[in-house]
Amino acid sequence: MEKSASAGTGVPAAIYDDDIVKKFAIATIIWGAVGMLVGVIIALQLAWWPANLGLPWTTFGRLRPLHTNAVIFAFGGNICFTGIYYSMQRLLKTRMWSDALSKIHFWGWQLIIVSAAVTFPLGLSQSREYAELIWPIDIAITLIWVAFAFNFFGTIAIRKVKHIYVAIWFYMSFVITIAVLHIVNSLAMPATFLRSYPIYSGMTDALVQWWYGHNAVGFFLTTPFLGLMYYFLPKAADKPIYSYRLSIVHFWGLIFLYIWAGPHHLLYSGLPDWAQTLGMVFSIVLLAPSWGGMLNGLLTLRGAWDRLRTDPVLKFMVVGVSFYGMSTFEGPMMSIRAVNGLAHFTNWVVGHVHSGALGWNGMLSFAVLYWLVPRLWNKPLAKPKMATQHFWLATIGIVLYTVSMWAAGLMEGLQWRAIGDGGQLANPIFIDIVHRLEPFYWLRLLGGTLYFVGALMAVYNLFKTIRGPESVLTDASAPVPAT
Amino acid sequence: MADEMKNHGSEKKYGQFHRRVFEANIVNFAIWATIAILIGGIVEIVPMFTPAGPEVSPDVKPYTALEVAGRDIYVAEGCYLCHSQWVRPMRAEILRYGPWSRAWEYQYDRPFQLGSRRIGPDLHRIGGKYPDAWHYEHMRDPRSTTPGSVMPSYSWLLTDRIDAGDVRASLVALKKTGTPYTDADIAGVEESLAGQGGEIVGRLREAGIESEADRAIIAVIAYLQRLGMDGRAALEKQGIEY
Repeated sequence: MEKSASAGTGVPAAIYDDDIVKKFAIATIIWGAVGMLVGVIIALQLAWWPANLGLPWTTFGRLRPLHTNAVIFAFGGNICFTGIYYSMQRLLKTRMWSDALSKIHFWGWQLIIVSAAVTFPLGLSQSREYAELIWPIDIAITLIWVAFAFNFFGTIAIRKVKHIYVAIWFYMSFVITIAVLHIVNSLAMPATFLRSYPIYSGMTDALVQWWYGHNAVGFFLTTPFLGLMYYFLPKAADKPIYSYRLSIVHFWGLIFLYIWAGPHHLLYSGLPDWAQTLGMVFSIVLLAPSWGGMLNGLLTLRGAWDRLRTDPVLKFMVVGVSFYGMSTFEGPMMSIRAVNGLAHFTNWVVGHVHSGALGWNGMLSFAVLYWLVPRLWNKPLAKPKMATQHFWLATIGIVLYTVSMWAAGLMEGLQWRAIGDGGQLANPIFIDIVHRLEPFYWLRLLGGTLYFVGALMAVYNLFKTIRGPESVLTDASAPVPAT
Repeated sequence: MADEMKNHGSEKKYGQFHRRVFEANIVNFAIWATIAILIGGIVEIVPMFTPAGPEVSPDVKPYTALEVAGRDIYVAEGCYLCHSQWVRPMRAEILRYGPWSRAWEYQYDRPFQLGSRRIGPDLHRIGGKYPDAWHYEHMRDPRSTTPGSVMPSYSWLLTDRIDAGDVRASLVALKKTGTPYTDADIAGVEESLAGQGGEIVGRLREAGIESEADRAIIAVIAYLQRLGMDGRAALEKQGIEY
């Protein structure tokens, strides 16, 4: 497509702002490693409590939000921005509308991440899951997001092509919906500069926060990543998207249905029954557009499956998209009231989240990085074999992680609810069940560590690529040849 | 990319509408996408502010100044990441924890702390379950009261102090959000802190523990001992027994 971009329309690659893409790519690589390291630490804390270190700043309660925010908003956010800034300039055949806004977006976002890394260990948290940052940082996020949105729509407005490709539809839903979710969910009354109280209370607060929380999954970890899939998978496979019609149907289906699903986090709670049922029903229906996206991705590879043996980028992509399919099957299943009664509060949920996060978001992110970094710096990947080794370590790591958490979750869920012959609890002592989880926690730690080591290999490989010698085949100003 | 799509002849007609109305017109596209993502949220959230929303009860009272201070610590430490405050209407949960949690019990909870994971047990009915001294020792060293516990020690709560001015700021903010604190409540924060804190210090002293009313641990104990108590009393008043 880039070939046709330069050949067909006479737009030279040099008009694109790739400096900002490089910045976001480097931030992705660094924050990914940091966020996963914190994940490994808190996994260790569950298996071996002395790892809390007896210090206020390093307890599980303070580090867990650091882990989730780092991997979702720092690693996940930066890879989305990397892919968006790279692909939308090429798809729209124009430079970003404003280089200044691009820079404000980049540095503002990194500053927000640093402020999160400082405030969470200090115990500054709103303790609303995935929206823990304190109110001044929430305002900063809003401002930076608005800067990004202006730049995003400004770039679409000055586009040199008439029609907008499907990847950009998904990016657009990301830009709009995250703004709506973040602003509505963060409304709060400050008490001091560091503390505030939400304007909602009790079950209403719970509903608003899970409307936000579930759609952080939907519109931060799903739609922009689907946009990345729609751009980078056809590029890597050198095949057009399987079905344009399917992309239309599943785009509108997904964005309309996702937003309803939040109450599945509140089944069997004080939330009015009608709202719980709506959340459950829409979660189940959500399977259809989710799998529409998965199938559109996988079927794009028709005729290219043989390249899976040799191309690490495609390996990461296929496993990533497959995990998307698996976790979007598991999610609707867990939203069924009766299944949720068993699964809720258990490690099963943790396993589910990580099959999506490590499998779908992580694998796709690494695929994009391995494809993009050599092209951005116009240098061949330093260690292609190491990328394949990373792939296998990560895949084995995910399997160990999810299987151990499924087993742990089912076990604790069943033991919590088991009733003995006399009508009493079969396991009345809670801590007994906690102890039985210990081997699974060690196994999970092993899986997570394998995944983390793989990520470190990516850090090494990608930085070695960046610092490697210039490619002798092309010069930096020439358009990057398609693989 | 667009050129490649044109090759899909069978999809041409179907795609024409979408290409003309949305893909060629970003304003139209953005407006309709925004409508699509707003509907579900509006349908679910707006009724929460009407009688179709969560029930309220006059039997549940706002937290005292000391309990607010304790709750702030609970929130700051991220206790909800391991402990739910949400007993579900299931036999095993009622046996283990007590009466299932009603919506109105949370009516003054800002932020809500229902939680999503039980690494430790649920806390919604923890109030009155153990003496103050148990909580004191448990926070100092969880393994002293629960052998084999995996909870970190929170020993700094024993020495950290709470600031009355800070607590007053919390009450003022909570009042602005609609929590029915009176001006007298806000003027009497110091008195209230010292009074309720002093009672807990007294009970700890009986158990051989020396502490002071302005220590963080005292506020946390006050909050934990309050959890679920209004609901339990209201349910007993209604004749619901467990």
